[in-house]
Amino acid sequence: MNLEELRKLREKGQREMMQRSDTSKYRIVVGMGTSGIAAGAREVLKAFIDEINTRGIKDVIVMQTGEKGFSSREPVVEVFEEGSEPVLYGNIDPEKAKRIVEEHIGKGNIIKDYQIIVGK
Amino acid sequence: MQIHIPDNPQYRELGAYIQDVKHQKGPLIKVLHKAQSIFGYLPREVQYFVARELNITESSVYGVVTFYNFFSTKPKGENEINVCLGTACYVRGADKVLSMLEDELEISNGETTKDNIFSLNTARCFGACGLAPAVMINEEVYGHVDRKKIKKMLSEYRTKEE
Amino acid sequence: MATVPKLDVLICGGASCISNHSHDIKDKIFEELKKNGIEDEVRVIETGCMGPCELGPVMLVYPDKVFYQRLKPSDIETIVSDHFVKGRPVEEKVLVSETTRAIIEKGQQDTDFFKKQTKVVLSNCGRIDPENIEEYISENGYAALGSVLTSSTPDEVVETIKKSGLRGRGGGGFPTGRKWEFVKNTTNDQKYVVCNADEGDPGAFMDRSVLEGDPHCIIEGMSIAAYTVGANKGYVYIRAEYPLAIKRLEHAIEEAREYGFLGENIFETDFSFDLEIRIGAGAFVCGEETALIASIEGERGNPRPRPPFPAISGLWGKPTLLNNVETYANIRHIILKGWEWYASIGTETSKGTKVFALSGKIKNTGLIEVPMGTTLRELIFDIGGGVPDGKKFKAVQLGGPSGGCVPEEYLDTPIDYETLIELGAMMGSGGVIVMDEDTCMVNTARFFLDFTKSESCGKCVPCRVGLVQLHALLDKIVKGNGELEDLDKLEKLCYSVKKTSLCGLGQTAPNPVLSTLRYFKDEYLEHIQDHRCRAKVCTNLVTYTIVEDACRSCGICAKNCPVDCISGEKGVPYVINQDICISCGTCYDVCPFDAITTES
Repeated sequence: MNLEELRKLREKGQREMMQRSDTSKYRIVVGMGTSGIAAGAREVLKAFIDEINTRGIKDVIVMQTGEKGFSSREPVVEVFEEGSEPVLYGNIDPEKAKRIVEEHIGKGNIIKDYQIIVGK
Repeated sequence: MQIHIPDNPQYRELGAYIQDVKHQKGPLIKVLHKAQSIFGYLPREVQYFVARELNITESSVYGVVTFYNFFSTKPKGENEINVCLGTACYVRGADKVLSMLEDELEISNGETTKDNIFSLNTARCFGACGLAPAVMINEEVYGHVDRKKIKKMLSEYRTKEE
Repeated sequence: MATVPKLDVLICGGASCISNHSHDIKDKIFEELKKNGIEDEVRVIETGCMGPCELGPVMLVYPDKVFYQRLKPSDIETIVSDHFVKGRPVEEKVLVSETTRAIIEKGQQDTDFFKKQTKVVLSNCGRIDPENIEEYISENGYAALGSVLTSSTPDEVVETIKKSGLRGRGGGGFPTGRKWEFVKNTTNDQKYVVCNADEGDPGAFMDRSVLEGDPHCIIEGMSIAAYTVGANKGYVYIRAEYPLAIKRLEHAIEEAREYGFLGENIFETDFSFDLEIRIGAGAFVCGEETALIASIEGERGNPRPRPPFPAISGLWGKPTLLNNVETYANIRHIILKGWEWYASIGTETSKGTKVFALSGKIKNTGLIEVPMGTTLRELIFDIGGGVPDGKKFKAVQLGGPSGGCVPEEYLDTPIDYETLIELGAMMGSGGVIVMDEDTCMVNTARFFLDFTKSESCGKCVPCRVGLVQLHALLDKIVKGNGELEDLDKLEKLCYSVKKTSLCGLGQTAPNPVLSTLRYFKDEYLEHIQDHRCRAKVCTNLVTYTIVEDACRSCGICAKNCPVDCISGEKGVPYVINQDICISCGTCYDVCPFDAITTES
């Protein structure tokens, strides 16, 4: 590894992140720290994957990340869509995950009741 | 006193691990973690084996085993329940959670149930303070624990056993 | 410090508002602010979707709590000149309804949670996949290490860290740059760097979150430290209670080796460095540096007297640099953005940001990161959302078992290392535990002593014996048997334990007692003189009675009473026999109808 290789790797990574949003319209990111997992993030992640498979949706990827800091609202899920602000959802359970797939991913409607409004 | 070490897969596994890490500096605690994960606890016999294989005195092994809360010289149940007694959990009623568990399991803190399914212990903070009061079963953390949740958790593990 | 804006303007950046040209509105606002010369007084924040898309573009103004709807760029000139400058909201664009009220309330809470924070250490947490090194690299990962190895001398790094003003985040607050310099200047053929990830303070979980959410930043920080002090081997000491953090860090170390960030000739230089994880085994005292070193060596975690300090003689007698997780997590940001940037955040003596873990009786429990100098009130009420269930705030506990409890009247103190010590608390690792009127301060002091007495390693007498005695005195008071002279005894004993103990555990263990004695002496006096516990926590001082009207005669209390002092029959309210009652509180806990009241 030298500086030049690192720079290339960094640019490749950044490009891939962009490409990821080219091939996938949505990116669902589930917070999987200890707090998230204790609050049921594993079940939520599974529910997302199951529901997406059942519905045969193709342009979505589901990913994991660490803790955002909202312990009291875990499990926390963030939905990214190309060209829009990310939407942050709190207190998600498997049922709510299914609704997010149905409403938000399926029809493009943000579910306001689950949302955590944040300033940038 | 002569201690006989049986030649069984458990000891063979531990023995192989010790050979692996023996050359590292200060491997004792590492080895004890491994030993406890194999045997579930650290009886005198295991301590003797560790001392022999690492070529240190049995007393120094015993000294370390008894210093740390994580090591146990008594057998534990198949599932280890740890009630967090950290400050945040305490403020949110961890002492009551402990007594509820004692009620439900009909054992006291530090004991193992007759059917050997659960043992009950207390722990220092495991960092799930945002979800206080918290309980850890094996490596799984449960947050916002109350009587209802306790019953549900315990029955889940009981069904797993059946 | 930068000037604090008077107004916060939140413009909705949801898909619907953007398609209704909310960006034009934002641009127009900037233009008008400039025209009126008030750019510094107004902060413009673009938010996620606020909800009422049919009213868009929408905009919220705090602290006025004004909600503007259906905005057009042409509205902005008047809004800026009338509202932002003169303080008169432009009524015809303002919407007041149930929906907007709810949005305003929720928005206030959520935005405060984010807005008052400055994320440095936590900048990657909850954003990147911690198990994928390429995501870390995309966020400028390992660029700081690369630049240090190829273009800075160790002396230059020391200088940068010194000038940044970074101080140890483990609690003590020793200047990090000076510590690095000591180790660098010690000559020896073998040196070590160690990361303290023992995070033993109950109520602190920031280090766990960083290790779980951004493990590579620790590897990078330690590598930079190793290069600077001249070490080729590092250890991370993590507590066994954090299985996920251990797993993620193990994975990250493997990835880093694979990509050549750990190992031989890193970045094609002469520098070689490797890391090993050592797992703790559940001993609080191992957070103390000399005990931690003993534990890495595989021994009992007994502390030893200093000097010699670990910088001279540490791990296996070699010069050792020891910092905690959060300290290492800051390093790469200081290298990349420069010491000037870092030193511009914070107070005179304490620079940068600090991560706090909010828990206890607080609405928004969680992890937050704020500039040093933020007040406790902002932390607890603006970001934390205050005390839930309409209860009254009583105290905030900072610094874990070594810290103290701070009452309401000091909440406006800006937080830094020095001010907290003056208040009888300490920064500690950053646990903030909020206590409300249902928390008894005497019992809290006993709780901490119960903790420290059982975690004392037993090596030195003041700590081993003194803490047991302190606990016994507190226990006596909690049980209603206290005498006035016990308070004097308590205080005297506290000071002698502090003065004579060998390590930090004993030296700070009396702090919870001293700080509660200082701020909540009336509660101690009530326990002793009136046999009263106002929080109704100390069971011996509480009487339980059944409210006739609420009792449904279900008999659950009687069934659960351990001394059989509750009697009754169907159709008649149950009664507690106060002569036999041991005030254990079981009936109170089990009653399904909340028919049992407590009195003290």
